[in-house]
Amino acid sequence: MTEEIIIAGFGGQGVLSMGKILAYSGLMDDKEVTWMPSYGPEQRGGTANVTVIISDERISSPVLDTYDIVVALNQQSLDKFSPRVKKGGILMYDTNGIHKHPTRTDVTLLPINAMEATLELGNSKAYNMVVMGALLEAMPYKLPMENVMKGLKKSIPERHHHLLPLNQQAIEKGRTLI
Amino acid sequence: MKEEVKLMKGNEAIAHAAIRYGCDGYFGYPITPQSEVLETLEVLMPWETTGMTVLQAESEVAAINMIYGGAASGKAVMTSSSSPGISLKQEGISYMAGAELPALILNVMRGGPGLGTIQPSQADYFQATKGGGHGDYHLIVLAPSSVQEMVDFVGLGFDLSFKYRTPAMILADGIVGQMMEKVVLPEQRPRRTEEEIRRQCPWAANGRAGLRPRNVVTSLELESSKMEEINHRLQNRYREIQENETRWEELDVADADYLIVAFGSVARICAKAKDIAKEKGIKVGIVRPITLWPFPAEAVRKAAEGKKGILCVELNAGQMIEDVRLSIHDAIPVKHFGRLGGIIPSPQEVVDALEKNFIN
Amino acid sequence: MEVNDIIKEENKVYCKPELLDDVHMHYCPGCSHGVIHKLLSEVISEMGITEKTVGISPVGCAVFAYNYVNVDWVEAAHGRAPAVATAISRLWPENVVFTYQGDGDMAAIGTAETIHAANRGENIVMVFVNNAIYGMTGGQMAPTTLIGQKTATTPYGRRIDLNGYPLAITKLLAELDGTCYVTRQAVHTPAAVRKTKAALKKAFQNAMAKKGTSVVEVVSTCSSGWKMTPADANEWMAQHMFEKYPLGDLKDNA
Repeated sequence: MTEEIIIAGFGGQGVLSMGKILAYSGLMDDKEVTWMPSYGPEQRGGTANVTVIISDERISSPVLDTYDIVVALNQQSLDKFSPRVKKGGILMYDTNGIHKHPTRTDVTLLPINAMEATLELGNSKAYNMVVMGALLEAMPYKLPMENVMKGLKKSIPERHHHLLPLNQQAIEKGRTLI
Repeated sequence: MKEEVKLMKGNEAIAHAAIRYGCDGYFGYPITPQSEVLETLEVLMPWETTGMTVLQAESEVAAINMIYGGAASGKAVMTSSSSPGISLKQEGISYMAGAELPALILNVMRGGPGLGTIQPSQADYFQATKGGGHGDYHLIVLAPSSVQEMVDFVGLGFDLSFKYRTPAMILADGIVGQMMEKVVLPEQRPRRTEEEIRRQCPWAANGRAGLRPRNVVTSLELESSKMEEINHRLQNRYREIQENETRWEELDVADADYLIVAFGSVARICAKAKDIAKEKGIKVGIVRPITLWPFPAEAVRKAAEGKKGILCVELNAGQMIEDVRLSIHDAIPVKHFGRLGGIIPSPQEVVDALEKNFIN
Repeated sequence: MEVNDIIKEENKVYCKPELLDDVHMHYCPGCSHGVIHKLLSEVISEMGITEKTVGISPVGCAVFAYNYVNVDWVEAAHGRAPAVATAISRLWPENVVFTYQGDGDMAAIGTAETIHAANRGENIVMVFVNNAIYGMTGGQMAPTTLIGQKTATTPYGRRIDLNGYPLAITKLLAELDGTCYVTRQAVHTPAAVRKTKAALKKAFQNAMAKKGTSVVEVVSTCSSGWKMTPADANEWMAQHMFEKYPLGDLKDNA
């Protein structure tokens, strides 16, 4: 099993921390993981993105041409990364603010309305966890929720641990979007 | 102690590894993309636990000279910086080589020349492996390709530098510094006691305990015949290091038609490129030098036997390729592929370069 | 009295300090360094801190101080002695660390290290030998060279418009919160020598008591660089140097 994932959006959407929680969850599930923030040409164009690789085996390149799963959280990221989903892969995107939808037929398109779902929860800061819930649900590799919670706990500072139930709720909410 | 698995950035891992090694002191000055080393140390407050000293110096110049002082007194000390800051440290590094002092220096390379960019680069290969400062000297240069190796090379770097009384450098790039991976931290080693330091480093200047004869740490010798002797001593030691400490890793070299030589994180991009090439029926092997100095010349020469060509992939305009060419005496074609100014090539780009240079 | 009677132990009133090596010094006749080395040797010996003391020698005439005073030494790159001292002092808190620097080392190439070590209040002693000229390299202008003073690089005298003003770095250091004791002394008369010795002792005591940075400037002569006889140099120093660099304590919080 190897999942090569890129999460792309605006800075401030919690893209990097979502990637970290995902990577930590994989680690808690005894996998090899790599978290690589936007570097090089990807950084141009004002988007923030992070590549997360979770695998049973030693991971080679942290820099990739194509991905098993692309999570695009704005139009720019969708435009840039939809051609780079592997055939048969998953292109998940938040429909909020999207005016040009992807047209690929050789990948699974998963439009979600994570922003709306987050507003229903009543906490806009939980946005990235809603997206992560959707990603966990859609990902062929099934990460046990127990290990996701362990990953969350490791990723966020102790003074924020009282927010763990809220994060769990957001992840569960995200799962319902798929 | 139970194995402790963590997810960490390379730069953070360096800080943890230094404490675990029993490092006595870190002295540094902030510069992107490695400031997390000092930041992490300040958060961890090792002076409260192991007694390790941590100090933000007023400049890279001051920091390297603090290392010089700490090393001269027998302590295990280190500094870290990125390319422009490492240029500033060259004077101090040359003095340490001349005074035969052990120390660990981390360079998380960024693109240059000048202030350049904060993005990853490998353009300090020449500076690190060919001297860098003035005079005939070498550093032991270790090139990590993973966060785990960032951790491992702290211990290895210190051990080698004390064994051979010469400074060691971890030559990393912004990718290894900034990415997070699984790491297993070594067990906490106690810092050496003052008695142990005095025993291990009888040459160190830390006070004439027991009124022993004075120790003087200096790189100065105005009498040329004596200075030549000192230089010969250094050169003999460098030969010893070349014989004993050359390290490298090979991937699928035996049945390959082509060889890629790459170091650091780029070697991993090339490992992926190897897999892509295999699907196309192109058989590629990889040699990853782990010690850039001493360079694994013999390993490259052997690996190149019977191959159709070598591609050197580097985040620079062609530096390590010179050592590769010297290793194989131009027995087979050697080509270079590099991206500059902080751009990282993708695995596909490496495959394209391989095809363009050798196949199409 | 016969010679053999004179040298009897009970007649001894003065002797070479035990830490000062019985070797030929490379310093020029009349140079102040020899006297200052002697004072350092006496103070360290009298305080009983030989086993704890580490000196940091500079680049400049005093680069070979390690050949004359029998304590552990580290020879620093030009101007970096305070950084070297900082690390040793912090890593060996029981030790007493002093730097021995000239005007170029302390106030030109090493200004940043000097000021920041003092500003951090490192528990070290800085001995600053100010002779207003670069002796080792052959008599060029120092940051402390006086206006009008002729050197190899100010052959017609130092000019404000070309070279700026003489830098009284000790005065600057007295302003910093990290210094506890800043004094300016000389060694041109027996009385001045005694005062300098007292100042050095106080500075070393401060370092041992972790009171912060102590700076002892010794206004000195360079008869070779100034192209004078040793006696004339002493006179010239008293006449000209003390006006810009007046003797006495600039700060004493200890």
